Amino acid sequence: MNLFVEGFAWILDPANWSGPGSIPERLGQHLAVSATVLLIAMVIALPVGALIGHTGRGREAAVMVSGGLRALPTLGVLTLFGLWIGIGLTAPILALVILAIPPLLAGAYAGFESVDRRTVDAARAMGMRELQIVGGVELPLGLPILVGGIRSASVQIIATATLAAYLADEGLGRYIFQGLKTRDYAEMLGGSILVIALALVVDGCFALVQRIVVPAGVRATRTRELRSRPARSRAATG
Amino acid sequence: MIEFRGVSKQYPDGTVAVEGVDIVIEPHTTTVLVGSSGSGKTTLLRMINRMVDPTGGQVLIDGTDVATVDPVRLRRGIGYVMQNSGLLPHRTVVDNVATVPVLTGVSRKQARARALELLDTVGLERSLADKYPSQLSGGQQQRVGVARGLAVDPNILLMDEPFGAVDPIVRSELQQELLRLQGELGKTVVFVTHDIDEAFLLGDQIVIMQQGGRISQAASPAEILAAPADAFVADFVGAERGKRSLHLTEVDGRTVVVDGDGRPAGVLAP
Amino acid sequence: MTWLWSNLDEVGELMLVHLALSVPAVILSLVFSIPLGWTAHRYAWSRGVLLSIAALLYAIPSLALFVSLPPLTGFGLRSPMNLVIALTIYGVAVMVRTAADAFDSVSREVRQSATALGYSASGRFWGVELPLAGPVLLSGLRVVIVSTVSLATVGAVIGVPSLGSLFTDGFQRGIQAEIVTGIVATILLALVLDLVAVLLGRLLLPWTRTPSGRRASQERAMETTERVAGAA
Repeated sequence: MNLFVEGFAWILDPANWSGPGSIPERLGQHLAVSATVLLIAMVIALPVGALIGHTGRGREAAVMVSGGLRALPTLGVLTLFGLWIGIGLTAPILALVILAIPPLLAGAYAGFESVDRRTVDAARAMGMRELQIVGGVELPLGLPILVGGIRSASVQIIATATLAAYLADEGLGRYIFQGLKTRDYAEMLGGSILVIALALVVDGCFALVQRIVVPAGVRATRTRELRSRPARSRAATG
Repeated sequence: MIEFRGVSKQYPDGTVAVEGVDIVIEPHTTTVLVGSSGSGKTTLLRMINRMVDPTGGQVLIDGTDVATVDPVRLRRGIGYVMQNSGLLPHRTVVDNVATVPVLTGVSRKQARARALELLDTVGLERSLADKYPSQLSGGQQQRVGVARGLAVDPNILLMDEPFGAVDPIVRSELQQELLRLQGELGKTVVFVTHDIDEAFLLGDQIVIMQQGGRISQAASPAEILAAPADAFVADFVGAERGKRSLHLTEVDGRTVVVDGDGRPAGVLAP
Repeated sequence: MTWLWSNLDEVGELMLVHLALSVPAVILSLVFSIPLGWTAHRYAWSRGVLLSIAALLYAIPSLALFVSLPPLTGFGLRSPMNLVIALTIYGVAVMVRTAADAFDSVSREVRQSATALGYSASGRFWGVELPLAGPVLLSGLRVVIVSTVSLATVGAVIGVPSLGSLFTDGFQRGIQAEIVTGIVATILLALVLDLVAVLLGRLLLPWTRTPSGRRASQERAMETTERVAGAA
């Protein structure tokens, strides 16, 4: 237990709060890398997921791709990219983007297809264009699930960015690898505590956002709606 | 006027939903498409606003083939009311009613003002305007659905089993309300139901559909009762069961109407 | 390929080591998540608490957890026990929600008719609820298998040998074939364990073998898999 005390002491040590490799610098790097990766992965995955959820086509393929990508060992992908591209930030960023796509894709299509097909049918019958249906009906109603996907992706990115310090001089993970090398357990533990705190704060923020984006009209019936996922079926023809 | 000319619909998998249908729907009348599930009645209805495109024949509105009209523009000019109201759960009642006017470029303020008037029209308290659909009863939701269908003051109102999901008492209320509205507004209403009593109550013209999407008979309620086209129609309207064959008997000097089973149905007005 | 042939023994040995790390973690995850999931299912108030804790644990980056555990457990940083505990924590975090859903999936009618037949509470659990929750539990277990096998490789960076050692070694010595071998071997191992789980499921849950039952459980599995993202 007193190891944790040392860990916290390391975090509080003023020497670690300035100069090259200081906590603010590493924290900034960690956040910058994670945000970059999240942005790139979202640009790729969200439109595709929205399209799949809206049309119902390509769902099987998406499930397979995201399932397959999930089985990939993170460290293997990181080291392979590191070997191909070399030491630096490009390799980890690329690897992280690939690993962040499955939860984003799943969140996007699950969100869009969770919207009751009868509601979508009614919107179309009223004369909404497809883009208006996507933006005005499916997006607001599917947003909580979509944000859930972004939430798990971001948590995963932060975790993997820690590991990425194995091949790049980047982020809070550096403390862990540095401490490992110099047998400085306090530094390893301090770094770990910081990473955990960061992950939990980000996770908490997204959890909050997830709550906020539930449309007011849905909030009253939310538990009921989440329990019984509406099935996708062709609109009834009498 | 809405006209179906030799309309058919066959899905890619080979199922025939509608076959060789000809119907003429006069303006300012209510036509009820009635049949059991799988008779293609909803498919026919949805052809009018191009939610479904026929694979054969034409659907014309005032002489124009709807296939030549942009579906989105077409739909914005036609009211549509469906079962379970199809309201957008994340928008308030007033915003739901104002949806289509806002889509067509009416200012939000004007659209909302008109939506409030429509709530009066369909018999809803204005205090419900800022509620969400999930906070309303089933009957209230259906009324909002009707108000939304009327929002752009369309000539044509399509109603797809609009009262199918509410309990009998509320249904009868809504039916009376629709009759009242139709008396005031005189829309061209096309109404789908599987309930023959509802059809007789609401329809000026009744189109009885049978399995495979063919018309058995299209006529006024009186004509159908007087001369059912075939055994299917006779059975469907219940002519065989005695429910519709009424007799007159004298009781205490007044003329009482009784049905085939001898149950009194009413008193003949002097 | 030549690298693989000349190092076949080593790869085989690492595979066994990897199995020894992941199989106990998977089994422990199942064992712990069943009572926790049942509690969440049975007592509404505990559901939020348990699922929140699970989500919290799940959000902890793996490397940081590996480093933080030894002072709490007393095992060394490079001890396999340390890794097994960490993997179990993630497994439970992933599995609790599925387990709760699994018990939710047992229909009320079935449960009431079991009570009416005269089952005791514990008899009903072992004889009715647990078997009927089986298909959904299995789908959750399959997710845990894939994520555990994949996560176990991370231990290599702190010096716990596994198939992940092929990644660190291959990276340091610049042998691409070694890393690729490691990736393929990890996925293969996950697939084999997944297959074992499916076969065990067929053996233990024979009623799901009917076409309709299989379809239903597959759909559930898909749903669950969607909800649970892979851990890093």
